[in-house]
Amino acid sequence: MAIMIDENTKVLVQGFTGKIGTFHAEEMLEYGTNIVGGVTPGKGGQTHLGKPVFNTVKEAVAETGATASIVFVPAAFAADGIMEAADAGIKTCVSITDGIPAQDMMRVKRYMFRYKKIDRMTLTGPNCAGSISPGKCLLGIMPGHIYMEGNVGIVARSGTLGYEAASQMKAAGIGISSSIGIGGDPINGSSHRDILELFEADPDTKAIMMIGEIGGPQEAEAAEYFKNHMTKPLVAYIAGLTAPKGRRMGHAGAIVSGKGESAAEKVEMLREAGVTVAPNPSELGSTMETVMKDVA
Amino acid sequence: MDIHEYQAKELLSECGVGIAPGGLAYSPEQAVYRAKEIGGHKWVVKAQIHSGARGKAGGIKICSNDEEIWDAADELLGKRLVTHQTGPAGKVVYRLYIEQATDIVREIYLALVLDRDKQRVVFVTSTEGGMDIEEVAATKPESIHRLEVEPAVGLRDFQARELAFALGIHPELISQAVRTIKGAYRAFRDLDATMVEINPLVVTKDNRVLALDAKMGFDDNALFRRPNIAELRDKSQEDPRETSASDRGLSYVGLDGDIGCMINGAGLAMATMDMIKHKGGEPANFLDIGGGASPDRVTKAFKLVLDDEKVKAILVNIFAGINRCDWIAEGVVHAFGKLEVKVPVIVRLSGTNVDKGVQILKDSGYPIITADTLAEAAEKSVAERNRVTNAK
Repeated sequence: MAIMIDENTKVLVQGFTGKIGTFHAEEMLEYGTNIVGGVTPGKGGQTHLGKPVFNTVKEAVAETGATASIVFVPAAFAADGIMEAADAGIKTCVSITDGIPAQDMMRVKRYMFRYKKIDRMTLTGPNCAGSISPGKCLLGIMPGHIYMEGNVGIVARSGTLGYEAASQMKAAGIGISSSIGIGGDPINGSSHRDILELFEADPDTKAIMMIGEIGGPQEAEAAEYFKNHMTKPLVAYIAGLTAPKGRRMGHAGAIVSGKGESAAEKVEMLREAGVTVAPNPSELGSTMETVMKDVA
Repeated sequence: MDIHEYQAKELLSECGVGIAPGGLAYSPEQAVYRAKEIGGHKWVVKAQIHSGARGKAGGIKICSNDEEIWDAADELLGKRLVTHQTGPAGKVVYRLYIEQATDIVREIYLALVLDRDKQRVVFVTSTEGGMDIEEVAATKPESIHRLEVEPAVGLRDFQARELAFALGIHPELISQAVRTIKGAYRAFRDLDATMVEINPLVVTKDNRVLALDAKMGFDDNALFRRPNIAELRDKSQEDPRETSASDRGLSYVGLDGDIGCMINGAGLAMATMDMIKHKGGEPANFLDIGGGASPDRVTKAFKLVLDDEKVKAILVNIFAGINRCDWIAEGVVHAFGKLEVKVPVIVRLSGTNVDKGVQILKDSGYPIITADTLAEAAEKSVAERNRVTNAK
């Protein structure tokens, strides 16, 4: 088992026929992802990469029974695309798109709350590398081969630093149940805590690696959640110990603007909650190795 | 993106926030002329730089005649002001705002921010205006009143009234205060701001509610749909290297160390900087070259890092997902061919097509040092930096 996506997940690609959508849809198909079609308004009825194209997500869901979607729609229209997915009954949505205005995301979050919890879509991203359940389903843009099948979950704000974690663990012989990118934006679909909750409930996940960074309240929230609700071991790393206050480090959300948002403060909070913090980014794999020994 | 005080006031005023009469000046002569135009007996000459705490740095002068205005403008124009927000380099004053002085009865703090926890626009206000809000939060937390705005319905009148009463506004002035509060929210929402700060918002002797100082910041991701805001950008207030990088789609932040960095992905970039520090070095910059880096883009990024004279060694760390290691390697080789690279360059490639990439680097004949892991790359960078420094 894995969280959010597996070999049975039927996937739609929103922004299917565009250059970026095409490139990554090909990669996902090659990995074995069960892509059942795509959506590009105005191109309904065509066939692309051997899969049907639809004008609307609703139509695509009705025809294919898709439950997941991945959004490659350009930033100006991405919020609309995500809301369309939520309205069409998609359960799991990954938004890769970078550069969505923060106030658009605020409205997306509000819009999703129109639905009862049981019908509500789970959104990850935007501005993320996507999700993968190794050997089962790739719903993202990451290189699939660096993830070995196994029972450690990864949740990461950063894409490439998530790759680094996965490949260090692979080198140490540790595989991954699912790896979920939550993205670098200030307002995102799912928080660290939301994903930790799913991993805690997943019988095949034995331990979790959380990759955080400076800015925002989500690592503090995760520390609190770990302390009060988690039984599985958690290894964390927070990027940005050398980042100066008040400067935005690439990600729209990576800025220390208030108390508790620096890497040092987050590390402190996590340690106090009992989380194992990797001492530096080259010891992600070895720290997890030590923790896993205690689990076995 | 940040803008100047006078620009923020103009935008807020269009939304119904009261401001004192004022005007812009680029010379002492203009400053005196503006004061005449505005009228009154007393004026404030305010240096326009992208920073708060200008008063403490000597950037705000109260004047009561032409001669004083001339002298104040003469002194401030071209001056480099250093505040705790500008860093030691400071910012140069090219524009002045001349404003009619007001008789202040009381000062209030009024700000709007995007609250990442609540995922909403939130008012942060205090009865204690004119002070740094972090200081107020530490010393007088009971003076702070917060108000969340529900995005689906926007700010309601009753909420604005509640806030105005909580701030102790006199009943006669409530409608003025409500107009101000609603105007500030409208400016925030309609212009895709990330921050509006009116500090202080004042009540004057003649019963007006005015924004005496104003700051606004905007969401860079939304500038595509706010052309009127995008054109308020003042590059003279930015670090020239950061400007040159952002104009080319690269994300760069200059730092104080001497090991240059070129990385794909913001998180990996921060982690690499942390690793350099862990091995005893100091990063010279943050630089994320992003996905799909072409040889041309890599060359531009290289030039940017090399332009920093402090740099003693360069660390390139790429974990290729969308990128391909061979593209990056070609880019690095291309940069060596086009630019004069006098400092040691350490390259660590990982991910898609890594073997092909490493081979390209080896076959190039350039003295490129390769590393397999993040730790090895950081270690070699620090060692090379030390070797170069000690050789001098």
